[in-house]
Amino acid sequence: MNYNVHIDVMPLKDLLDPQGKAVLGGLGNLGMKSIEDVRIGKHIMLQVEAGSPEEAKSIAEEASKKLLANPVMEYFEIHVQR
Amino acid sequence: MKFGVVVFPGSNCDRDMIETLKNDLNQEVITLWHKDDDLSMFTTDDCIVLPGGFSYGDYLRCGAIARFSPMMQSVIEFANKGGKVFGVCNGFQILCEAGLLPGALLRNAHMQFACKNVFLKTEDGEQVYKIPIAHGEGRYYADQQTLDELEKNKQVLYYYTNEKGEVTTEANPNGSLRNIAGICNANRNVFGMMPHPERACSDLLGNNDGREIFNALFFSKVPELV
Repeated sequence: MNYNVHIDVMPLKDLLDPQGKAVLGGLGNLGMKSIEDVRIGKHIMLQVEAGSPEEAKSIAEEASKKLLANPVMEYFEIHVQR
Repeated sequence: MKFGVVVFPGSNCDRDMIETLKNDLNQEVITLWHKDDDLSMFTTDDCIVLPGGFSYGDYLRCGAIARFSPMMQSVIEFANKGGKVFGVCNGFQILCEAGLLPGALLRNAHMQFACKNVFLKTEDGEQVYKIPIAHGEGRYYADQQTLDELEKNKQVLYYYTNEKGEVTTEANPNGSLRNIAGICNANRNVFGMMPHPERACSDLLGNNDGREIFNALFFSKVPELV
């Protein structure tokens, strides 16, 4: 079975995200003052051949731990779709 | 002692490093290709250098892909045997990604590429070195416990300072925690720094302070663990 796996890689919550800060400033300049914070990460899509959604998730987890995310600065969340 | 300089696709300070080591510092240098994995011509007295640049286009994260190249597997093995490894700029980022040095290098706090001379000092030293930096992702980050350990073990090689050698917020060019510009591992055989000493080793370039960095790291004894 072929699964679409979506991975969100985000900067750790207590880490300064200068990119998000710059975008927040830009939104403020647009007059969108109700937006209080912006954090920017990566969205990664994988196509995974696996026997079950759980297997697809564990493959994506291994890929995230080994390469796609750096736990020193990032955390990740995985969503599996058929 | 001899040096091996690894060339990755996207390295752009490899020639500077090779020229400096050969012509300015009179060292034997072997150029290494990222797809090879043979380091049998080196002993643990020698040093493998990871130069600056944008290995693999800095895709995903700086140094993240280079860390899995065939040559890096040999470099990691070499470092674990006690061989010296020195990473400058992108090389420092690769060493952190490879886990040979703790922490990570994040996007500069001000979001801009920083290209200028900065001043550096060791913790105990008197002398202030003027060395150029050129990076967009040089903000050193590690958790508080790691930072405390680095400082306790005297693993911070250089701090960003002002011209007088004072560690100040204004003198920090990228938002690095505790003004850290370069560190080494606990065994003191793996060194990484964001500034480029290889760009400051020649009268022609108007700056020789880089020579003293190479001297301190490789040609005289590096400070022992306290």
